[in-house]
Amino acid sequence: MGNFLQVLIDGLLNGLLYALVAAGLSLIWGVMDVINFAHGEFLMVAMYLSYWLGFLLDIDPFISWIAGGIFLFLLGAVTYRLIIKNSLGKAAMAPLLATFGLSMLLKNFCMNVFTPNFRLLSGNWLEGRTIAFGGAIVPLPQLVTALFAFAVLGVLYWMLKKTRLGWAIQATAMDKEAAELMGIDTERIYLLVFGMGGACVGIAGSLMTSYLAVYPEVGGLFSLIAFVVVALGGFGSIPGALLAALLIGLVESFSGFYIAAVVKYVAVFAVYLGVILLRPRGLFGW
Amino acid sequence: MKSKRSSTLWYAFLLAALALPFLPGGIGNTFHGHVLTMILLYASMAQSWNIISGYCGQISFGHAVFFGIGAYGAALAVVTFDSLPWYGVPAGAAAAAIVSVLISAPCFRLKGHYFAIATFATVEIFNRLFMIWDWVGGAIGLDYPILEDGWRNFSWSGTKNGYYLGALALFTLVFGIVRRIESHRMGYYLRAVREGQETAESLGVNSTFVKLSAMALSAALAALCGAFFAQYNYRVDPPMVMSLDMSMKFVLITILGGLGTFWGPLLGAAILIPLQEYTRAYLSHLGSGVDLMIFGLIIIVTMIKQPRGIMGIVHSLRKKPETPAASEEICEDREGER
Repeated sequence: MGNFLQVLIDGLLNGLLYALVAAGLSLIWGVMDVINFAHGEFLMVAMYLSYWLGFLLDIDPFISWIAGGIFLFLLGAVTYRLIIKNSLGKAAMAPLLATFGLSMLLKNFCMNVFTPNFRLLSGNWLEGRTIAFGGAIVPLPQLVTALFAFAVLGVLYWMLKKTRLGWAIQATAMDKEAAELMGIDTERIYLLVFGMGGACVGIAGSLMTSYLAVYPEVGGLFSLIAFVVVALGGFGSIPGALLAALLIGLVESFSGFYIAAVVKYVAVFAVYLGVILLRPRGLFGW
Repeated sequence: MKSKRSSTLWYAFLLAALALPFLPGGIGNTFHGHVLTMILLYASMAQSWNIISGYCGQISFGHAVFFGIGAYGAALAVVTFDSLPWYGVPAGAAAAAIVSVLISAPCFRLKGHYFAIATFATVEIFNRLFMIWDWVGGAIGLDYPILEDGWRNFSWSGTKNGYYLGALALFTLVFGIVRRIESHRMGYYLRAVREGQETAESLGVNSTFVKLSAMALSAALAALCGAFFAQYNYRVDPPMVMSLDMSMKFVLITILGGLGTFWGPLLGAAILIPLQEYTRAYLSHLGSGVDLMIFGLIIIVTMIKQPRGIMGIVHSLRKKPETPAASEEICEDREGER
């Protein structure tokens, strides 16, 4: 029973992290129908930023997430202006392939400058702290990151549903031309959406540095899982992404513990394929 | 489609490529010979992908699976069964075709990005399964023993002319098949499905059959390329042949050259492969990853400036402004660029 609870908690904590990583991707996909293939590399950039802020200036990841969010907002906005805007609507998959090029560029740039070594930030506030919960151990850095995930997803959901900006974003997602006729500057909305997508992944990356090592290829698996989470949740649905991320986290931890550690990602991707074939537009898609 | 001029071009190209190793100071065992062999191999890979994704419009990111199955087919025959690669090649191609149909039959129901992500997921599943499957060598992979040189073992350790000729044969087969399809009934079916599946079906084209048979052919040809790759590198392991990066090579070379065009895959390979090989060889003092940074930059610029690739540039150069209206349009385009 103790094992079961521990595996359950690990799965939920991982799932919430995946939800935070995937939220930005989901927003961009939902509004612009673009897959940002450099999403994992954005995460890596945020992790390096947070690592160096912690290593050189002694700023804890639970503060430097603000810097990570802002920096990745700018990186997202610049990416939109320079790459997405110019490839959108030109050919099928052009933005996807262009951002794949960007991901190669960023990954190999970091490989070249920072070497392929793993770097783990030490001396964080919450490092090694845990709380016991009914026979299971809950590591605090993961728990705080998971709570952040809830908060960020909540703010994002509230912003989309309750504010004028959110309504403008929804209108742009539904019908770009009609939104323009209503006086919405869709160009600005796209820029903001890409920036916000970057900010979400920036916050995720900064917080992750408190317990995960950073290396140039760290984004690969996370971006694949984010793609799967978003596709499983359904086109641009934030609650769908949250639910899908929890499902993926649980499948990962349970198959890893009860079958074998090596098959956990096989199980994750197999579950994804199984669900997507039954519901071709995801759990919450239409 | 098959005009007299393009036929002349095709046969002239093959003849020149065939004559190259026999010329004085030909390719022999040089680095250039290696690059030429790689161009022919990657062009064949890209062309096999072009059948399903270019002509038929189903963009697959899963071709590394079929390529890998082909590579493992040849390697298993040599390493595990201690026999000739030639028995493994057809087995690998057939296995790849069967696997491709089993995967694609349900996945073809998905649209757009959902299909793309499903094909990513299949690559990850196969990669991880082969990593833990001991019979195929697991994560260590399969290492070739030392073999006698020659066509029997399809292995040469001295001069690499054999590999070059083998790659040329592969190239001729793959490009020859696509050339045949282009003007055949099947080619029209493929393009009809790409342009509008519902319309094609309303005219009596069985789109499911067309897509599945194109996928099976594409996968079998990709598997042949994989077998060559295993023979050339003397080993296989999952990250080498069944990775997302390998899948992306199929995609990027074709897209750079020109999706859905006959010469596109060759042009893409003729630019990207030398670039990759020579930058790796001559820019290594700048540190690791520079070759791939340049690669990434080229892809970004291509997607922004000319998503139709080099064939798109060729077409826009060929279309001389004939009518005043057309020339005005071009002027406007240029102004837009500024």
